[in-house]
Amino acid sequence: MRTIEADKIIAAVNDKLIEINTTVPQDLRRALARLRVKAQWPGRLAMDDIMENAEIAQLRSVPLCQDTGMVVFFVELGIEARLTEPIADVLNRAVAETYTVEGYRPSVVTDPLSRENSRNNTPAVVHMEHVPGDGLEIDILVKGFGSENMSGIKMLRPADGYEGVASFVVDTVAAAGGNPCPPIIVGVGVGGTFEQAPLLAKRALLRSIDSANSDPVWASREADMLERINALDIGPAGLGGGQTALAVHVIAAPTHIAGLPVAVNISCHASRHGRIML
Amino acid sequence: MRVHSLHSPLLEAHLVELRAGDRVFLSGTVLTARDAAHKRLVDEAAAGIPRAELIGATIYYCGPCPGTFGRKIVSAGPTTSGRMDPYTPNLLCYGVRALIGKGPRSAEVNHALLRHRAVYFVATGGAGALLAESIMASRVLAYPELGPESMLELQIRDMPLVVATDLHGGNIFERT
Repeated sequence: MRTIEADKIIAAVNDKLIEINTTVPQDLRRALARLRVKAQWPGRLAMDDIMENAEIAQLRSVPLCQDTGMVVFFVELGIEARLTEPIADVLNRAVAETYTVEGYRPSVVTDPLSRENSRNNTPAVVHMEHVPGDGLEIDILVKGFGSENMSGIKMLRPADGYEGVASFVVDTVAAAGGNPCPPIIVGVGVGGTFEQAPLLAKRALLRSIDSANSDPVWASREADMLERINALDIGPAGLGGGQTALAVHVIAAPTHIAGLPVAVNISCHASRHGRIML
Repeated sequence: MRVHSLHSPLLEAHLVELRAGDRVFLSGTVLTARDAAHKRLVDEAAAGIPRAELIGATIYYCGPCPGTFGRKIVSAGPTTSGRMDPYTPNLLCYGVRALIGKGPRSAEVNHALLRHRAVYFVATGGAGALLAESIMASRVLAYPELGPESMLELQIRDMPLVVATDLHGGNIFERT
């Protein structure tokens, strides 16, 4: 059994949250640069701003976006690893400290209707599962709500098939227009249950930008949906003149004989996420 | 496409030559307001008279990232304008001359903009650090208890924007 101290976790999360908020990863930056070169007026103006923004944020170590988001953690805890406190408590402390010290925006309200700000951007959302070994690996997403608000779920019928899935994905993006800060990345969860499909969709956003689905059938479906989304001509910032989406990533899972849930989780072009391993 | 340098508060005469899709660099004074502040402004006006600061004002839909104590605003991009659509015709009646946000507006807002001879600009969503570079100074104008949603008065210089709707019916989001 290996004990992993809370302070060690908090320090690693702190560093990663700062990196996620201020720095666009190299592979994504290259993908955005390729889009910028191909873009035409007026979308080109937005792509210019996006690239300049990435440089300034990194140079000054300031947040890429003022919506420093609600933080989502996907935790993989080894069965031979021990913690000294419940993981959610540790992670919430890490978020509270980082967001307070760095002056990131407190964007969480404690009750969805009375709307009182929690002042330290907690609670975060924590998902955890057990894995073999004695490690602790955490994927961290900083999720802004311009894109989150444009996400959706639909309980299709099995008879709706791939065409039903693709139509829902494309329609969801079409309805979002310029609101989620295109160019977007589209995470799709197909199967599971009502609550699992959106979780899969969010996990799908963790895939690296240039990766293809390991299943060739789904890989070609991802390419098909990407093409249909880009044919909508929403463009950067919804202005047209350039690509609407960088990628569509799908995670499929077993589901009920009577069901075909589809969830779409949209991410903006910043795709703020990272992974720590302890 | 043309490039303009403008100064806020704006007059109709400054806005007539703009066309949807033009690049604008805006300087001067803008006020920030999001959902909660909009509701306050409309409720206050209903109970009495609208705030005088709104006359001729430019409203920027933004809840900035404050940064650490003593540092000026470090990240300040736009939030989704559509959420403010329900309040916007009222604000235009109170004299607001220009709006800055992200994404398309409702048909009702587009008609109200033309009626009141006002313009909607877009700032690039997600370009928070870039847009914050234009902010020279800020102070809380109203509703400090709203925290990140309070109304700020910003002094800006050369904020990069794009004309979304002009005074001639042009609209960057309506394309064939």
